[in-house]
Amino acid sequence: MFETFTLLTLQQYWWFLVSLLGALFVFITFVQGGQTLLYKIAKTEKERDVLVASLGRKWELSFTALVMFGGALFAAFPLFYAVSFGGAYFVWMAILFCFIIQAVSYEYRKKPNNFLGKRTYEIFLFINGSLGIILIGMAVGTMFSGGNFIKDDMNLSAWTLSSRGLEAALNPFNVVFGFTLFFLARVQASLYFLNNISHKQIEKRSRGQLKNDSIFFVGFFVFLSIMLLIMSGFSYNESGFFIEKYKFLSNFLANPILLIFFLVGTLMVLYAIFISLFKKSSKGIWFSGIGTVLVVLSIFCLLGFNNTAIYPSLSDIQSSLNIQNSSGSHYTLTVMSYVSFLVPFVLGYIILVWKSMDKTKITSDEIQADSHHY
Amino acid sequence: MDNSLLVDLSRGQFALTALYHWLFVPLTLGLSFIVAMFETIYVKTNDSEWKKITKFWMGLFAINFAIGIATGIIMEFEFGTNWSNYSWIVGDIFGAPLAIEGLMAFFMESTFFAIMFFGWDKVSKKVHLLSTWLVAIGSNLSALWILVANGWMQHPVGMKFNVDTARFEMENFFDVVFNPMAVSKFLHTVSSGYVMGSLFVVGISAWFLLKRRDVLFAKRSIIVAASFGLLTSIFLITTGDESAHEVAMKQPVKLAAMEGLYEGHKRAGIVAIGQLNTDKEIGDTTKDEFLWKLEIPYALSFLGYRDINAFVPGLNELVNGDPQNSVESANEKIRKGKIALNALRSYKNAKKSDTQDVAKSALEEFRMYEKYLGYGYLDKPKQIVPPIGLTFYSFHIMVGLGSWFAGLFLLLLYFSMVGKIEGKTLLLRAALFSIPLGYIAGEAGWIVAEVGRQPWAIQDMLPVGVATSQLDTTAVIITMSLFAIIFTTLLIAEIKIMLTQIKIGYKEA
Repeated sequence: MFETFTLLTLQQYWWFLVSLLGALFVFITFVQGGQTLLYKIAKTEKERDVLVASLGRKWELSFTALVMFGGALFAAFPLFYAVSFGGAYFVWMAILFCFIIQAVSYEYRKKPNNFLGKRTYEIFLFINGSLGIILIGMAVGTMFSGGNFIKDDMNLSAWTLSSRGLEAALNPFNVVFGFTLFFLARVQASLYFLNNISHKQIEKRSRGQLKNDSIFFVGFFVFLSIMLLIMSGFSYNESGFFIEKYKFLSNFLANPILLIFFLVGTLMVLYAIFISLFKKSSKGIWFSGIGTVLVVLSIFCLLGFNNTAIYPSLSDIQSSLNIQNSSGSHYTLTVMSYVSFLVPFVLGYIILVWKSMDKTKITSDEIQADSHHY
Repeated sequence: MDNSLLVDLSRGQFALTALYHWLFVPLTLGLSFIVAMFETIYVKTNDSEWKKITKFWMGLFAINFAIGIATGIIMEFEFGTNWSNYSWIVGDIFGAPLAIEGLMAFFMESTFFAIMFFGWDKVSKKVHLLSTWLVAIGSNLSALWILVANGWMQHPVGMKFNVDTARFEMENFFDVVFNPMAVSKFLHTVSSGYVMGSLFVVGISAWFLLKRRDVLFAKRSIIVAASFGLLTSIFLITTGDESAHEVAMKQPVKLAAMEGLYEGHKRAGIVAIGQLNTDKEIGDTTKDEFLWKLEIPYALSFLGYRDINAFVPGLNELVNGDPQNSVESANEKIRKGKIALNALRSYKNAKKSDTQDVAKSALEEFRMYEKYLGYGYLDKPKQIVPPIGLTFYSFHIMVGLGSWFAGLFLLLLYFSMVGKIEGKTLLLRAALFSIPLGYIAGEAGWIVAEVGRQPWAIQDMLPVGVATSQLDTTAVIITMSLFAIIFTTLLIAEIKIMLTQIKIGYKEA
């Protein structure tokens, strides 16, 4: 079946899958958002244990989604992987350090004789949830705003600035992207707590926190959307890459389905916030979750279609990357496409397990009775 | 430009992170199955003591698993950050197993981990047991795909060099997956994990018996783990033999380094134990290879080539050539490799200037010599030789310890079966002190596999010098230092937590 597809079709299919993985990852960053709220929503040690236990049952999925996102990029678009990771070295390394310290923190935080003390592991969780997410947002932002790299005839690349990716922090678009993700993660965390935990004080404070974070999130999101729609982007044709004004606005107009995803997704997130704040609903996470996936999917897909660069080069425009010059071969993408049939199966068992684990809301009593709680 | 410092630092950072990661992976591989066995017995017998035993070992598994994940994430991304040329040149083949690993294994592990640890009262006994087994299977599936990738680096198959994209591209996925080197590496590596898991359980259980604490728990744990350990250590030895045979066939320089073999000969023996003569150099036939040695005659020819009379080339022949035994010199390979590289450059230039005839003849010349491509990047024949001392001693430490573990499990199982294990203080102490030996053996195995194939990132195709990212050495020094500090800190935390949990014991835990 996939053998008969053109290389371009396979490249587009894989860009869609990578975008979907990225979107699912952003959804599940409610885990990271929650980690930054441990001392905001919980006021006692018992309450904090409940929050950590609730997040602790999902943290591995956020970790796995990130690894999967990286793995899929490596397999499908190896040149992007090589140029971005090898070039923006300090940014990616900083992100990795933020995730290394997350991985042990849930398990070690409450264990006796844990060497660093409970508070250190909580700081680790905070760093992962704040700096880690902001940096990921900034790194993704460079896919729109560009990076300082060149590549030669053999497709071997080099970064032209010694700051090795840290210069991304000077670009307002990247910064706004990072903070939008950060506040989205916190909004979703509050929605998740409302859905997952049965505890009056936590519910009350989650709604209060949701109100505060929603204001920041909406502000940053509106700002980001305006910047995205008015910014220039890198296009390409047979003669090479060139800069096009209002590139992403024209991509939305050229792909109305993406525009619909973006608008519907945005409305769903806003609806989730509304029903949680004003209708006292605990189902907001499902609307915001689907909404987040739709919005992030549409934003990522803006890069992969309509002759757009997925990684513009600010040092040499003709070194820019698109899905065509950075992808795997037809054979590899075909093989990987068959493997992608596993995606619905994997999503299926995740949903089943999630359902069976979250049949009833977590309570403080349940956590205290659990010998292995985080 | 001489980038040898950058290459050494990049290799050093990868080695550091890989060695740390491998402190935790074997225990995950082995202990996950042992825990699943304990739980199976609990479900079958409905004896709550087995549930307590399961939960105790499961707790230790979780402590180890967490730090295994922490050290593991860096491995995948380091291919991009520090080996970006590698990621492009072979990413079309190498990326696929990593992506499949994520999809097939990581999601399975991380999803069912939640039920395994938090689902005791939320799902039925059987669903819980299934989840525990799925975590074990997921962990081992993860090992499968990463070892498929590693096996391909040791013996690249199923691919072709695309001159237009200047990279290797996959031609046959099944050749990559069923690469004999990958199969033997997978079986040998996971079985080393099973042995490590068994050593961990018998060692800690031995400590309980020495302390006269929780005797029933300790005896039951020993019976299960020693049985598993004995079976898997026999399997480990078998797969080790197959692995060495693959090395003999596909990586003769590594085999010569593993055996400290400078001068090749027929009916070659294996050095069981010996001390290398550090004054010995390649090409120098006046000095002995060893200061002293104990050799098993004919064994290297037989185990390496399945023929007692087989000629085993030594480092002298592999570097300087031996036409009589059809061994091509490294110098000749380098010459041909440089022809391939020049032909590739000519092809690219001809394509750019649109001179089709030149491009065609350059391509024909390239195809003639492409199997020597990697050698074209080398300058001196001796560059094909890995560090001999490190490879030799690591290999012999690994083999010696592997043999000891099989004997240990046999003795533990025997005395457990006859009910005399409690009185065997010396044996129990040996079991306890064998835990660190398991880690040493595992790390030594990886040193043989990876140091032994230097200078290659991809055997014969891509030397490490070409595979690195073009980074400032300061950047790598900074990140390597941070890794060393963070991983060491986390390792100390892990050991302290683990020891405390063990001391608390299974009833309280």
